[in-house]
Amino acid sequence: MKRKMPKALVFSGYGLNCEEETKFAFEKAGARADIVHINDLIENKKRLRDYQILAFPGGFSYGDDTGSGKAYANKARNHLWEELERFVGEDKLAIGICNGFQIITNLGLLPGALTFNDSARYLDRWVDIKIEGKSPWLEGIRTLMIPIAHGEGKYYADKRTLADLKRKKLVAAKYIRGEICRYQNLEANPNGSLEDIAGVLGCEGRVLGMMPHPERAMFFHQLPHWPYLKEKYMREGKPVPKDGPGIKIFQNAVKYFK
Amino acid sequence: MPARIEIKYIIPDARAAVKKKQFENLGFKGKIRSVRIRDCYTIDANISAGEVRKAAQVLANPLMEKALAGNCEMPQKFDWAVEIGFLPGVTDNVGNTAKETIEDLLKKKFKSGEGVYSSLVFFVEEKLSKKDIQKIADSLYNPLIQRAKIKSYAEYKKDKGMGIVVPKVKLDASFLIKEVDLNISDEELALLGKKGIENSDGTRRGPLALDLDYLYAIRNYFNNLGRKPTDIELESIAQTWSEHCKHTIFADPMDEIKDGLFRGYIKAATEKIRKKKGGKDFCVSVFTDNSGAIEFDRDYLVTHKAETHNSPSALDPFGGAITGIVGVNRDTIGFGLGAKPIVNIYGYCFADPEEKRSLYRDAERKQKMLSPKRIMEGVIQGVNVGGNCSGIPTSQGFVFFDERYRGKPLVFVGTVGLIPRKIQGRDSHNKKAQPGDLVVMIGGRVGRDGIHGATFSSEAMDSGSPATAVQIGDPITQKKLSDSVVKEARDLGLYNSITDNGAGGLSCSVAEMAKECGGCAVQLDKVPLKYPGLEPWEIWISESQERMTLAIPEKKWKEFRNLMEKRGVEATVIGKFTDSGKCVVKSKGKTIMDVDMDFLHDGLPEKKIKTKKIAMRHQEPPYEPKKDWTKTVVEMLRRLNISGYDFISRQYDHEVQGTSVIKPIQGRGRINADVAVVKPVLHSDRGIALSFGINPSYSDIDTYHMASSAIDSAIRAAVSGGADISRLALLDNFCWCSSNEPEKLYQLKQAVKACYDCAVSFGTPFISGKDSMFNDFKGFDDQGHPIKISVPPTLLISAIGIIPDVYKAVSIEPKFPGDLAYILGETNDELGASEYFSMISQKERKDYLGNKVPRVDAAKNKKIYEDFYECAQQEIISSSISVGRGGLAVALMKMAMAGQLGMDISLENIPGSAESDGEVLFSESQGRILATVAPKNRENFEKIMARNKPVLIGKITRGENIRIKNKTGESIVNLGVSKALKAYKEKFKNF
Repeated sequence: MKRKMPKALVFSGYGLNCEEETKFAFEKAGARADIVHINDLIENKKRLRDYQILAFPGGFSYGDDTGSGKAYANKARNHLWEELERFVGEDKLAIGICNGFQIITNLGLLPGALTFNDSARYLDRWVDIKIEGKSPWLEGIRTLMIPIAHGEGKYYADKRTLADLKRKKLVAAKYIRGEICRYQNLEANPNGSLEDIAGVLGCEGRVLGMMPHPERAMFFHQLPHWPYLKEKYMREGKPVPKDGPGIKIFQNAVKYFK
Repeated sequence: MPARIEIKYIIPDARAAVKKKQFENLGFKGKIRSVRIRDCYTIDANISAGEVRKAAQVLANPLMEKALAGNCEMPQKFDWAVEIGFLPGVTDNVGNTAKETIEDLLKKKFKSGEGVYSSLVFFVEEKLSKKDIQKIADSLYNPLIQRAKIKSYAEYKKDKGMGIVVPKVKLDASFLIKEVDLNISDEELALLGKKGIENSDGTRRGPLALDLDYLYAIRNYFNNLGRKPTDIELESIAQTWSEHCKHTIFADPMDEIKDGLFRGYIKAATEKIRKKKGGKDFCVSVFTDNSGAIEFDRDYLVTHKAETHNSPSALDPFGGAITGIVGVNRDTIGFGLGAKPIVNIYGYCFADPEEKRSLYRDAERKQKMLSPKRIMEGVIQGVNVGGNCSGIPTSQGFVFFDERYRGKPLVFVGTVGLIPRKIQGRDSHNKKAQPGDLVVMIGGRVGRDGIHGATFSSEAMDSGSPATAVQIGDPITQKKLSDSVVKEARDLGLYNSITDNGAGGLSCSVAEMAKECGGCAVQLDKVPLKYPGLEPWEIWISESQERMTLAIPEKKWKEFRNLMEKRGVEATVIGKFTDSGKCVVKSKGKTIMDVDMDFLHDGLPEKKIKTKKIAMRHQEPPYEPKKDWTKTVVEMLRRLNISGYDFISRQYDHEVQGTSVIKPIQGRGRINADVAVVKPVLHSDRGIALSFGINPSYSDIDTYHMASSAIDSAIRAAVSGGADISRLALLDNFCWCSSNEPEKLYQLKQAVKACYDCAVSFGTPFISGKDSMFNDFKGFDDQGHPIKISVPPTLLISAIGIIPDVYKAVSIEPKFPGDLAYILGETNDELGASEYFSMISQKERKDYLGNKVPRVDAAKNKKIYEDFYECAQQEIISSSISVGRGGLAVALMKMAMAGQLGMDISLENIPGSAESDGEVLFSESQGRILATVAPKNRENFEKIMARNKPVLIGKITRGENIRIKNKTGESIVNLGVSKALKAYKEKFKNF
């Protein structure tokens, strides 16, 4: 099963819109990646077996109409359920980012649900997250500076599920007040997520769902304070990096198969 | 029997909580106990009760929602229920998605005419009067596109729910082709032009916007053919000849300018600059296509285009704005063989959102205009949904306020695109429909929406403005279209040409493309419709959104069709391109339009436009003797036109596509900046800078200087962010008023002349532009008196420039204490029409406009900008900001707030003619950039900048305070950074 260069399948179609940068992030990290339209996969379901990594990228599938992620999840459930169930049951990795997270919670692949931000408004900003759970995706990461952009990103689960998540260490990450929040004077939790949850895990940590976008933090120039950091490094005589913190998540996925 | 599904929230619903707050702000503070919302779906289709229950289950997420189908479940507590749904024929995206979900679940297709309609029910708990609940309902809907139904608890209980409404369109087309007699009196002819073709019941179809000269030309043409025009021919010519499409005011000769404003000035400037640049010319496609294009690097072109959507946004702000942004995206997809939209920009001109005056479109005061606040909120939300849903980052934008935007707001929207230079060995910017190619329409279907958009916007707005001009965008239908074209079909070489269906619909897009091969023959019966019952002329000119027209060789059609089918995009052959020299349209076997291409495109008679010079003197405000200017600076930061608007930037996704470099809000203080930088190709460090310049206030003194300032502002902002002025191009968007008045045309001529002079001096070519000439509102005040509100002559200049390495881009926040602050450029006695004068006028209820409007010395400024770029390339500039509205004082404050650092500034040696404290602090002289530099780079900076005489004005400090000394060395400002920031964010803190 494990081999040197894993292959990642990145879903597209019906308004998903982060497939190109997500593919690029996997490639930058050393994987091979293909963007596959959901209808093409439905037409040739066996194709999924060629891949070790599955990504539901961010976007606005079906314009969030009827509830974010719902319509795309319904389509996947109607046509691809067996294949998806088999995939996550194997020693493979899957990730849902933002709209992708909303899709896989709607599919029931991860516990809980995403509802409207407390402000009931779409919000684009950077956050700090602290890694909590154990997952191949998150190996060796303690905190991350990373952006969010969503209208329905408040994590919700009932008390039992929340307790369960904690007990099984399936909370992937929590919003905290860190470097970004201090820099821009922002509150830690951007959307009212219960227990500050930014992402959760499933299938022994092999499935990761998160509202923040690691692919939007794969370059140094994406950081909101990179001009400040660059100036600081230059004055300290240090090299100016080109990678951003988010790329580690993709590198971890590749490392898992090496 | 239609069925109804209601989805109720079983966990706290943030939407309802926010609505409760909004209702309370309508004058019911603390009076609303609770608000609950249900999402409702009305299914008008032949499906069983069991199937409805099954459908209901997938429309709810059981962790948060409960689906109710069939029986009515009363909410626990409420006093009033308000249902908001769409009127028949209005785009219902949620309903359409629900339909697709249900079809996919049940594995059966709905029949034609069957559908799902969405609505929302708000349950309000509080004993309000009928009048009060009506007030709440009014805040929830726009009667032009939506309906509201109100029920009390008792009524709801008695009726067992809200009842079922199916907003299905029912139309009866006569399919009669009407011949229109043009051999009538001038009076009748004029009426025909203004109000449109008469229906059999005596009503008229809406403006053709054809004046007598044009109607004479059309009459002659058909008299020579020996027949009368059909209604569709007349409508089609009216669309093609409209000001909106032909831009006659810019095309026709004006006074001594025989070539007209466009060819004589705008295009002439570009030609001259390109010639002078010779081998360094970076323009690739200018003025001819849907967008303009310049070289990005060896492999790619970047395109740019900005549009306005003013009239529709006044009537339905959300629909108008979303249609605007999604529409200008199609100018990118329709560039060359199809460019990928990579950045959206916006610019809004509104009246003060707190303004409460009532305006009406009719004398009877039945058609009330929306309030400035509703317009502002709706427009912002429209671009939010349009841009965010399309996955295009909104990287840059502005808001500008003036009471004269109360009648018609200006809504600028623009899109940058990226396209490989070669596609399958072909130059990607060239396209040509071939005779024999199929005319293919893809994307959305055609409905009655948006009829007469082109001709309507060519007229001032009054009570006759048709509500059918209102549309709602459907970004997902377009996203599917966009992805399948620019990410797939294009690179497979499946078509020869492509263009957008915008103003004038098929009548313009097909006829426009037919120019490439010399003719077309269209079968109107093949055009897929949203609902039956449209008249042929309506199908031909409808501006229903999310459609493109393509020319596809017959042998590629099958492959193209299969691809579109797999991507969920409807594609239909509706005719053939020909070389017959004619535009032919058939319906039900009959030829209903047969017009020579030459006449259609070039038959409009040239008019000689005369202008009339105006000169004005304005009152100067009295000199303000003051020792301490701190309070004045704080007041300036609170001004609408200075305040931060990060509430807009934060709700627009500016990170998608992973390309952001310099973001719309910068630094620790999150300050709005005038320039953004993006890195459009993931594997390259090359970037583009985007900026804008707009100074409508200066038009009140002189439109020549208004235009020069707009150009200098746009270039200066791009340069301050690190862009290379020798690889920078401009877009012009003129939004004028009363353009039939010679005085207004004189002002226009002066502005366009300035565009020529400045662009040539700077060597920055125009690559695309658009104009909107009648931004006037003619209506009635709350007494029923007629009132006309015209926008100030407005010109938006958008700049796009290249940055070879984005890591050398410059942001506005000073980074470290001890850094040196420099001013580049002169500060002159130029307070005319400044924000400072505007503030004094407002406070003293006077009209102190002043006369000394900023003037641009392009040759001098160009040197500064070239040298600045050299410094940026050598990475010796730590931060910089372009000095604009509010002058030096505001620019210094913005820097300090962005960096959250103090400043010690002395203006003793500041160059220029400004003398008094007010002049020095607030003059809006152009050509100025503030920069901070690390001490170790001082020598190098001063050496490179030497010929521009940079002046060291102080340094960045660790402290909280911004201290400014005047020309005579006295301390005149001492302000804490946090106090400044509070003032800067005050105005929109509740938005």
